[in-house]
Amino acid sequence: MRFVIEKRNERSKRMQILVPLVSLVISALLGSIVLLFCNANPLQTYAAIINGAFSSPMRFQYTIAKMIPLLMCGLSVGIAFRLRFWNIGAEGQYVMGVIGITWVMQFWTWLPAPLLLPIGILMSFVFGGIWGGIPGALKANWKVDETLVTLMMNYIAIGIAEYLYISAWKAPKGNMGTVKYPEVAWIGRMWGKIHYGVIIVLILVVVLYFVLYKTRWGFELNMIGKNSEAARCQGVSIKRNIIIAMLISGGIAGLGGGINSAAVTHCLTSGVNSGYGFTGIIVAWMSGLNPFISVLVAIFLAALQTGSDALQITMNLPSSMSGVLQGLILLPLLAGNIFIDHRLKIVNKKEVI
Amino acid sequence: MEKIPVVELKNLTKRFPGVIANEDVNLTLFEGEVLALLGENGAGKSTLMNMLVGLYRPDEGEIFIKGKKVDISSPQDSMALGVGMIHQEFMLVGNLSVAENIVLGLPDLEIRPPFAKINKKLIELGKQYDLNIDPTSIIDNLTVGEQQRVEILKLLYRGANILILDEPTAVLTPGESKELNKIIKKMLSEGKSAIFISHKMNEVLEFSDRVQILRKGKSVGTRETSTITKLQDIAKLMVGRDVLFSLEKGEYNPGDIKVEIKDVSIEYKKSVRPLLNHINLQVRAGEIVGIAGVAGNGQQALSEAITGLRKITSGSININNKDMSNKTPIQIINMRVSHIPADRNKMGIVGDMSVGENLSMKKYRTEELSHHNIINKALIKIFANKLINTFTIKTPTQYTNAKFLSGGNIQKTILAREIDSCKGILIAVYPSRGLDVGATETVRMSIIKQRDNGTAILLVSEELEELQMVCDKIAVMFEGRIMDIMDTKDATTEKIGLLMAGVERGEM
Repeated sequence: MRFVIEKRNERSKRMQILVPLVSLVISALLGSIVLLFCNANPLQTYAAIINGAFSSPMRFQYTIAKMIPLLMCGLSVGIAFRLRFWNIGAEGQYVMGVIGITWVMQFWTWLPAPLLLPIGILMSFVFGGIWGGIPGALKANWKVDETLVTLMMNYIAIGIAEYLYISAWKAPKGNMGTVKYPEVAWIGRMWGKIHYGVIIVLILVVVLYFVLYKTRWGFELNMIGKNSEAARCQGVSIKRNIIIAMLISGGIAGLGGGINSAAVTHCLTSGVNSGYGFTGIIVAWMSGLNPFISVLVAIFLAALQTGSDALQITMNLPSSMSGVLQGLILLPLLAGNIFIDHRLKIVNKKEVI
Repeated sequence: MEKIPVVELKNLTKRFPGVIANEDVNLTLFEGEVLALLGENGAGKSTLMNMLVGLYRPDEGEIFIKGKKVDISSPQDSMALGVGMIHQEFMLVGNLSVAENIVLGLPDLEIRPPFAKINKKLIELGKQYDLNIDPTSIIDNLTVGEQQRVEILKLLYRGANILILDEPTAVLTPGESKELNKIIKKMLSEGKSAIFISHKMNEVLEFSDRVQILRKGKSVGTRETSTITKLQDIAKLMVGRDVLFSLEKGEYNPGDIKVEIKDVSIEYKKSVRPLLNHINLQVRAGEIVGIAGVAGNGQQALSEAITGLRKITSGSININNKDMSNKTPIQIINMRVSHIPADRNKMGIVGDMSVGENLSMKKYRTEELSHHNIINKALIKIFANKLINTFTIKTPTQYTNAKFLSGGNIQKTILAREIDSCKGILIAVYPSRGLDVGATETVRMSIIKQRDNGTAILLVSEELEELQMVCDKIAVMFEGRIMDIMDTKDATTEKIGLLMAGVERGEM
């Protein structure tokens, strides 16, 4: 007896719903094994995570505040992934966005105060866009592998940021970090820790949905992603679209950085590479590149992060456990996707196919 | 010398979903001879040989090696019986040495292979067969011809007595081909035998002792090479001449020149000869110009050059009297040139998008289906339903993903889109390839209808009866050149068959 994977005649609707659910259960089970090794009761731990993320208004606000940059990065990566352009550089594009806004805040002081924030936000989009556009142009013109370039450019961006906040742009006081942005240029708070950035990101979700699903350009991106050769035969320029998509993808990640620093950190300092760009990949992938579903996934992952931060205190677990549990979520999902287009068949050994 | 059959294939049949690749094929190979398998692309030559080396399992039939019935289920099994195959694509690791490649994957290889000993044996074998290969050189530094000799050396080292060569000369220069012929003759004199797959007739005459011809998966005849006096007989067997049906066609009434190709060449650095070699061709309004030829002789490159998908290195392409050489695909599309591409699944449709969306892929950018860059789904729905009805596309709904349709209906989807958006010029490449009789007829009739409406049509096809039935003129391509252009009434099967196989007009 052996197993054979067979192609289905059409995409299974049932599996499209079942796969994420079942893989979530499997990742919880896998997580339990890890937790048992650390002498923690899995049920208690998962309960503590949910508590840590939602049990008080403050915790809920904290989760939502974390969700904002995460969702930005998820949307950013999602655009590139539509074209099968594997942008794993949202982290660096996010950092460049923070550098962009900090530049405006620190050096464009001649601007009238009310313009600082909008110009700063715009600059974060531009910086992120350039950081995304470079690998886009390299891939479009010379077929340079985007995975390597975007990955490496993360570390370049982080290196530049470090140089700036440790040395070049360092505030006179303290041993790292730039001067705080002028208070008039901060993004205000709506409810506790939740700031007005949440409105921006939700508008972005709606706009992106519209652009990707209703416009000619969205139609072209869809064609390229699903069959670039056919798209080319229909007159769609692959080069141009890769570059435009990467400018926007990088721009949105940069915007995430700009908004988060204008609303939360108010400066460029250590911890700017907080991993939102990498977790954004999970957001994009789990949501099936759909902007609306991305919102739910981003909340879920943000909750997992805030929740597991609490584990350190309540369960006495190392803080890196959060990363372990997150990583375990993606694996079963990616592996399970095969069942949407394929089915498993058991055949007897004697039978010849 | 008494003839002993070393290989006997009896009644082999192999079916793939939807097609019969081989049906009831018998084949005998005697010791010390070269048997040529001749046939067009898709005639089933490679499938047949893949069964002999264990890459495919026959659905029916038996294989005998040296008189003993055998069950071959993997290339290892066939190698153990002394049967080895050299595929069109070489199976070599570029950054390893010749010797390393040759011992790679041997089951009884030591952890540290004794390369001194191996090299010595390779040099001896090389001398014996005039292969002239240094076992220590790195594969990437060798020419294609040398790499092929490495493949031969590999089979000899592993003890093969029966060698199968799949279109071995396709990648070789004429000089290298002669060299290969010498090597094969040498091997025969040492008691080995060979099967030689080809679709070129001249070569078959040069290389083989006997020829077996396959057509559409069936064996249609075997001849002693020395008894072949007229190439025409073989050509007829190879391409067949059974015209299935004739189609009604309006009077031939050509108009202005719509497409003019002047002295176009495409150099290609990876191949020994240019993809296109000084092509001159004209297509007028209201005429169908057919391009005959075995696949891979430049027909696809030509169609891609016209549609802007491939850059030309010299010459010019005029469309509607405007120089459109090396313009982008969208610029060509805006001249209202329609294109039915060679590979319908890879180039023609986006399988993971719906039939309706696939039908809209030319017109989504026009005001007919969108406004201010926003696509109007309601208009697409009406538009798609209209085309689905006119072209009788069989699909559950227009929202079904195109990849779930049958080949015929996928082709009808492409045809509907391209003909609907066509204004004056249509480039159709293998439009009826792999379709059943009904769908084939629909495709051909649609094309003729376009011609009667005054469209200039370039039709690339491998099927002679299709070309003879549909076209007004037929050009034959071979190795990137146009061998000849003639009126369809002068284009006899024998003549085209010879030109397709690279026989110059003077040699006939």
